[in-house]
Amino acid sequence: MSEKFIELFKETLEIEDDSVQLNTEFRKLSQWDSLAFLSLIAMIDEEYDVVIEGNDFKKLITVGDVISEIEKR
Amino acid sequence: MSYNPFSLKGKNVLVTGASSGIGRATAIECSRLGAKLIITGRNSERLEETLSLMEDEAHSMVVADLSYSEGLNLLVNALPQLDGVVHSAGVLKRLPLKFVTEENLAELMQINFIIPALLTRHLYKKKILSTDASIVFISSVASSFASLGNIMYMASKGALNSFMKGVALELASSGIRANAIQPGMVKTHLTVLISDSEIEKDIDCYPLGRYGKPEEIACAVVYLLSDATKWMTGTLLTIDGGLTLR
Repeated sequence: MSEKFIELFKETLEIEDDSVQLNTEFRKLSQWDSLAFLSLIAMIDEEYDVVIEGNDFKKLITVGDVISEIEKR
Repeated sequence: MSYNPFSLKGKNVLVTGASSGIGRATAIECSRLGAKLIITGRNSERLEETLSLMEDEAHSMVVADLSYSEGLNLLVNALPQLDGVVHSAGVLKRLPLKFVTEENLAELMQINFIIPALLTRHLYKKKILSTDASIVFISSVASSFASLGNIMYMASKGALNSFMKGVALELASSGIRANAIQPGMVKTHLTVLISDSEIEKDIDCYPLGRYGKPEEIACAVVYLLSDATKWMTGTLLTIDGGLTLR
């Protein structure tokens, strides 16, 4: 799950290097902006059939947190 | 004391999407101004709740899913002669371009544009609209004011605006008027996916300092349905707390 998610995450944010790990704080990435946020929410909905609402998403800090949130649903 | 150019007394008015938000507020305001309402939506429980909030008891509801021709026929066959129609049913889905699919584009266009268009056609063709009827479309400032991830919604409201203008011209000789209201953000269940912090940031863009209330849009619908606007057709009425001023 983690490896596949990181691949999808990178694809969504158009990141081509290996800078994304489980402990990456995604809001600190230079590619992170409003459109990246909307894209990530859309990708998770499309790939995992999970809708994370804004207020829940706000609590997630790292890439690993996002994975745990998806697994929880 | 009885002078009121905005009275809807003696008018039969159909409101779609009346189970929540702007549609529900519209049904309530219209009932207060004396109209006899027919409200429609997909959820009978929530429609009944709307009915219970309306003034007087002469109103009726039709539970119908207008996405299917059966639902559309069911509604059209249940209608009396109408003096007003308010197209308020709508959905909002924010998806960046990369994630737009044929399926979700079709679904959103169906609800926000095709259904109001087909319903208008049926009402006109079956002569359900009175000779001086008023048609009101609930559009959005999003028809021409871009925001991220809003492509599909923007396009559907743009289509609705153009359709309204065509209808206004084509039906003018029958005395039927068509207008659209373009609200800025109004807090309804459609806004639920946006986070609190994002909402706060967004509200800063509104010169009047807040989002709109459903009843503030409903009052504009009353205006367009009333005889006060008998010489008004093809107009886009923007109500957005000043959002699009700058």
